[in-house]
Amino acid sequence: MNNRADPMLADPLKTPLQDLDVSDPRRFEQDCWQPLFKRLREESPVHFQAESPAGPFWSITRFDDIVEVEKNTEVFSSEPTIAIIDPPPERRSRMFIAMDQPEHDIQRRAVQPVVAPKNLQEFEALIRQRTAEALDALPEGETFDWVELVSRNLTTQMLATLFDFPWDIRHKLSDWSDAVTSDERMTAGQGLKQEDRLEIVMEILEVFTRLWHERVGDDVESFDLIRLLQRDENTANMVDDPMNYIGNLMLLIVGGNDTTRNSMSGGVLFLNEFPEEFARVKADRSLIPSMVSEIIRFQTPLSHMRRTVTRDTEFRGQRMKAGDKVVLWYCSANRDESVIPEPETFHIDRSGVRNHAAFGFGIHRCMGNRLAEMQLRVVWEEALKRFSDIRIVEPPTRLCHNFVRGFSRMPVQVTRY
Amino acid sequence: MPVIKFIEFDGTEHEVDADAGMSIMEVAMKYDVPGIDADCGGGAVCGTCHCFIEESAGPLPAVDPQEESMLGLRPDREGNSRLSCQIQVSDSIGDMTIKLPEFQM
Repeated sequence: MNNRADPMLADPLKTPLQDLDVSDPRRFEQDCWQPLFKRLREESPVHFQAESPAGPFWSITRFDDIVEVEKNTEVFSSEPTIAIIDPPPERRSRMFIAMDQPEHDIQRRAVQPVVAPKNLQEFEALIRQRTAEALDALPEGETFDWVELVSRNLTTQMLATLFDFPWDIRHKLSDWSDAVTSDERMTAGQGLKQEDRLEIVMEILEVFTRLWHERVGDDVESFDLIRLLQRDENTANMVDDPMNYIGNLMLLIVGGNDTTRNSMSGGVLFLNEFPEEFARVKADRSLIPSMVSEIIRFQTPLSHMRRTVTRDTEFRGQRMKAGDKVVLWYCSANRDESVIPEPETFHIDRSGVRNHAAFGFGIHRCMGNRLAEMQLRVVWEEALKRFSDIRIVEPPTRLCHNFVRGFSRMPVQVTRY
Repeated sequence: MPVIKFIEFDGTEHEVDADAGMSIMEVAMKYDVPGIDADCGGGAVCGTCHCFIEESAGPLPAVDPQEESMLGLRPDREGNSRLSCQIQVSDSIGDMTIKLPEFQM
């Protein structure tokens, strides 16, 4: 929908591969990333790029190769960080997504119960009620921004519920999520400077340190993330290690926010682009769970994860050195025609629909995947009860970002039954 | 042909004739036994085909490091927890009774 040509972007098919920046966020902003990644899968599936704003890095673009790298956690470490850019060492917060075993397992196990499906059943009625209220409040017959009134609104509410966060300032959670992922080096210079990001990180730490001390030992029967950390002996003193506490908070704020938000928006776009699929799911709502998985594949809300080579190694005939960055392009894996037939088609009940790369693989596979699926399922169940149409009236605005794939604006009109 | 009895969390039983050479996960999928998701399709990289082996006629293959890594993250892990994609049905293992967990994640 948003295919305008940018003279600054090199032609992905005619330019020599070594002259192309695979990480250029503008290809995601303009939604013209697919041809370059298809070319990489065919010509150079384990591809070295000597220069980029993030320094040299390898790109892995085939589905099966990404699975292999993610399984080999000894050679391909998640430390010190999991996005393409490196934070400076003194500002390196510690989060379990960027830890190896055994520390990763200990911290992940402490917070995992909050997103276990058993716990989610308790939340579902509340989520459904809040979703229904948000959808009932949407204007009819006039254009509004789906990103703001639905996707952002609902994911913020969910996150506030999971943290038992003060309801009146819950918007801060989404603001923080946007801020901490908006590093200028991932966004073609559009994001925040590191100093400004640091200020926001300090604010997050201050608010959550206060919440921690208010809650410690209060014996309230609650499954919010802060109390879960306090109750687990391995993480009961996490507040005393601020870089670890802030790291895990940021992980959960971003992980539980941007990703689901952008998939909520993406679904509207795909149903507009593939109207026959829209008609099918309207006629048969039992297709919603399967459609949710296909939305997540088609959106792939995080374009990549990054690993770091721990010792000199050879992978698919390419020699990698200790310290090399290896970027696993999930967005490419999810369009890999050798694993997913007709990958450019949005097919809501394709066979093996759950077998996509958007959640990653192995021990770091998305912890909140069942929560995300439940939120998206509830949104579509409630939306399709109310609306005979959700029509995009202007092309959406995409993020200029090489890590978070999503939308800042999506003007739509809805028609109620 | 070995017989596998699957017992869902709510107690519903499914007894099926399993083809040797298929994994337990593939058998469950083939016969539409609910309770196994198998998101990754059999690579031991998602952990959503977790099951409990209550009984087996013969000995089971050992848990390899990849399976161990994934099982280690299951909040409901027990001593008899396995990933059902990692055990191939065979005449030497023979009949099995398998309980399915309350949820996969």
